[in-house]
Amino acid sequence: MARLLTRRGFIVGASAASLLTGCKSGPVTGFLGAMNSWNQRVDGVLFSPSRLAPELPASEQTPEKDFPSYFISDSMPFPPANWVLKVGGMVDRPTTFTLEQLKQMPRTEMRIRHHCVEGWSAVASWQGVRLSEIAKLVSVDPRAKYVEFRSFDSDYWSSWDLGSGLHPQTLLAYGMNGNQLYPDHGAPLRVYSAVKLGYKMVKYLTAINFLPTATGGYWEDQGYEWFGGV
Amino acid sequence: MAGSGLQIFVAYPSLGPRGAQYRWYPFQGTPPPQWLRFGGWLGGARHWHFAIAWFLILNGVLYLVYLFARGEWRRRLFLPQRDLVNAALMFGYYTRLRKTPPPVDFYNGLQRLAYTSAILFGIVMVLSGLAIYKPVQLHFLTVPFGGYDGARAVHLAGLCLLTLFVANHLVLVALHPRELLNMITGGKRG
Repeated sequence: MARLLTRRGFIVGASAASLLTGCKSGPVTGFLGAMNSWNQRVDGVLFSPSRLAPELPASEQTPEKDFPSYFISDSMPFPPANWVLKVGGMVDRPTTFTLEQLKQMPRTEMRIRHHCVEGWSAVASWQGVRLSEIAKLVSVDPRAKYVEFRSFDSDYWSSWDLGSGLHPQTLLAYGMNGNQLYPDHGAPLRVYSAVKLGYKMVKYLTAINFLPTATGGYWEDQGYEWFGGV
Repeated sequence: MAGSGLQIFVAYPSLGPRGAQYRWYPFQGTPPPQWLRFGGWLGGARHWHFAIAWFLILNGVLYLVYLFARGEWRRRLFLPQRDLVNAALMFGYYTRLRKTPPPVDFYNGLQRLAYTSAILFGIVMVLSGLAIYKPVQLHFLTVPFGGYDGARAVHLAGLCLLTLFVANHLVLVALHPRELLNMITGGKRG
């Protein structure tokens, strides 16, 4: 925790210094910071844990070559040979899952619109297991209000409000458009959700932690909104 | 709002979803010029846009409340039955098709048409903006615009129309500089 606070302090200081340069400047401060806190509260109020994004017909599906895929590493990240997903934090039963174990859990499929922070949208179908199923299995402590996703893409990460994490359209996806998830879209396992912007949906998952505090994220710490709901 | 909106637009300067971009939009992939943008980068521009938006909405709501609470809408808004002919005659006068202007009370028909459409554009901008901002939680707002990407196109079109309105205004003020004082003070009462 102490390390985190120090880093946050550093980022705030750095953002104040670079505010006028117009470059990526970290979490906003001053007037914009106050408005950002207000907007974050509005975001939380607008979010409904039960409102579903509409499912779309196959005719709306984006050709896979036109569906952008981003990662922050210099080259495409590939999973280690003995890949597993670690689920921990404030849970009664910290658990490690292999891909096979995840595939044996109740499977959910949805074809919905993807909204990128950049402004584009695209449509794909996603196959996976609901995060809420995992949360049930490991038994999340009620004091955990946030969930954090970690990856092997140069440690790309994002933290979420737990409500969005437990939304019925928030999946740990291992399939896209009926095929197994390809490396450019986050193989072997990624977060896919109807209620968040693209940068919140961490690909190349390694770990999921249920936590009492929010822990920022790769883009969030550079100035994108933390909530990032749609 | 316009500058930060255009900076946001730079991140995907196209209209229509990936793989199905609109054919009617002639400027696919062309970002707006640097001097029109505000906010530095996508993240900064989003913060500015979503911060100032509240004040735009507050301003608009106060104006509309005033307009209706004080009965001002009767002399300021465009009512087709009353103003359509007057607007057409005034248009004829401006374009030198007619020698004399029609009788004018508080505003002429053309002014009422312009101001009323600017209010409507403003409302459409707020609604289409909210539709893009929260296309799932406020899904009902995306429907009248033809979905998320439709709302995005409407939002940009609204910006163009409001810009035209402002530009037109500036040209007319430049032609009649004495009116500027009246526009700021409200002019003579009565």
